Amino acid sequence: MNRILSNPIFLLFATILLLIVVGSTFTIVPETKQAVIVRFGQPERILNRYRPNEQFGASGAGLAARVPFVDGIVWIDKRIQSIDMENQQVLSADQLRLQVDAFARYRIVDPLRMYISARTEENVTAQLQPILASALRNELGRSPFASLLSPERSQMMDNIQNALNRVARQYGAEIVDVRIKRADLPDGTPLESAYARMRSAREQEARAVQAQGLKQAQIIRAEADAEASATYASAFNRDPDFYDFYRAMQSYRTSFLSPGTAENPRGHAAIVLSPNNDYLRQFRGQPRGQR
Amino acid sequence: MKWFFGRRAAAGAVLSDNRGPWGIGGNDDGGGAGDGGRGSGGGDDGGGKGSGGPGNPWDRPPPRKSGRRLETGAFDEFLKKSRERFGNRFPPQGGGRRYWLYGLAAFIVLWIAFTSIHRVGPQERGVVTTFGSFSGTLQPGIGFTWPAPVSGVQVIDVEQIRTISIPGNNAENLILTGDQNVIDLAYSVRWNIRDPQRFLFQIKDPEDTIREVAESAMRAAASRVSLDDSIGAGRAQIAQTVEQNMQQLLDDYGAGVRIQGVAINQSVPPAAVNESFLRVSAAQQEAQSNINDARAYALQVTAQAQGEAASFEKIYTQYRAAPEVTRRRMYYETMESVLQHVDTTIVEAPGVTPYLPLPEIQRRAQAAPTANQAQAEGQRQ
Repeated sequence: MNRILSNPIFLLFATILLLIVVGSTFTIVPETKQAVIVRFGQPERILNRYRPNEQFGASGAGLAARVPFVDGIVWIDKRIQSIDMENQQVLSADQLRLQVDAFARYRIVDPLRMYISARTEENVTAQLQPILASALRNELGRSPFASLLSPERSQMMDNIQNALNRVARQYGAEIVDVRIKRADLPDGTPLESAYARMRSAREQEARAVQAQGLKQAQIIRAEADAEASATYASAFNRDPDFYDFYRAMQSYRTSFLSPGTAENPRGHAAIVLSPNNDYLRQFRGQPRGQR
Repeated sequence: MKWFFGRRAAAGAVLSDNRGPWGIGGNDDGGGAGDGGRGSGGGDDGGGKGSGGPGNPWDRPPPRKSGRRLETGAFDEFLKKSRERFGNRFPPQGGGRRYWLYGLAAFIVLWIAFTSIHRVGPQERGVVTTFGSFSGTLQPGIGFTWPAPVSGVQVIDVEQIRTISIPGNNAENLILTGDQNVIDLAYSVRWNIRDPQRFLFQIKDPEDTIREVAESAMRAAASRVSLDDSIGAGRAQIAQTVEQNMQQLLDDYGAGVRIQGVAINQSVPPAAVNESFLRVSAAQQEAQSNINDARAYALQVTAQAQGEAASFEKIYTQYRAAPEVTRRRMYYETMESVLQHVDTTIVEAPGVTPYLPLPEIQRRAQAAPTANQAQAEGQRQ
């Protein structure tokens, strides 16, 4: 006996065996995972199952024991996971095409059902992906394009989430949230026509702004003219006769005194006077009053 | 000493032939690489399996019984030679076993030191899990936990503000607004970790989640405002809405993330229609300049009117004082200055039809002087 015990090879094997047994009996269940204990392919129990509103530290995570070599462990993620729907074209109720990108978040709440129906999380995601797409297409197909751009949007999201949840429950999953990430006009004609509409709207605005500016400018000018006119009237009206004379004098100066050029400083006006002109009265030697 | 090493060498030889886990260790022994290496091999294995290494065969005191050689041969020879080569660095008989224990003890001390004492920086928190179950958070400073297989610590930076830029590259990020127009929007989200344990345990891919939530919230917010608001005054409002919605959503997920802020870096019309938008601002400029011109004209006209009216009134006051004289004076002054500067012809004799050298006059000046002539003639008759 002693000999056997002292044999290092034996000790080595014993140690390895012990480690294997300990390792396959005790398992550390982390906070991020749920575990299904499977005995010969038959699900036995669930460790660290998700419960709503649980606190970390008070969940089922921790050290767990099982029957070695008999019980197998299937790990299932406990965290919230995402389903990404690839970008696809959707037709709205008013026959507008939209390029839609959406995502859903789900969590495995029933690991056993999930294990039976899908085996792995990847399968669940793969199964739910087309369902998300079709739920989205159904929902958008029922509502006009404009409702996507309105508060009704959240109502639509709720409807999609409900539709998706009905299917997800079969896989032991619960949809936490469905969101439309992007809803764009598809490239090509729809986008181009939207651009054309934007352009014409801007064009219209530009012209309106321009016309408004001109209108205001005109009004300002007219008001100024009116004011000037009033100023003139109130001043000149004191003696219309003198105004006539005064203004005529001014006018003669302006009309006949056209500015000369460098070669011809006398300007280009020429006047032919008759001797009977009043200006030449004294020239003729006539007294005042005689014409 | 001879029996001890011989026996071990034998075991090592067998195991290395078998390519068992201890094979390498046996060879190390032979090479005399030191006890520490061997000890760490054993300790590692024990630690990894979660049982402090009670099964380590090298811990056991070798039996008193001696001289049982399982195998002698080339390896033994090699051992002997290498021992000679390394000189007499090996301790005297029986010391090998003690080295063993020292090595193991040192290893265990180091193991505990490295896995149960944690330095947490001022910006960090350490999330402690005991057998996988969350058991607390280490605050900045030095923290103690159970050693490795029992407790695990994940230290994460909670204070660092991380930034997600959307779109990541310089591509256009077209977003539909509430009035079915399209804008090109670039923004960034700043966030940090509020609850480290939630951040680690609640969501599979937190960073991606934040990005997707940001995109969704931004599009939802943009779809509630008009184009003019989204490229102009409404931007701050949008950023605030997005921030609130994101926080709300992430809290619903229990993500343990705090959104510090959303900044809209760029909100412009798409490049394809930018020209038309520029035209609007050009029109605004033009309208403004038209209005400015009109204002300038108005100032000019009214000032001129006031000036003329004032000068008329001044002269009128003087005229009232001596009407006849003032009138004649003004008349003569005007005629003087006019006739001074124009070619004047006076036709004296009545009854003689004057010959007017019109081509000559016209050659001198292009302007038609006929009106002047008519006026002069008319006055005479």
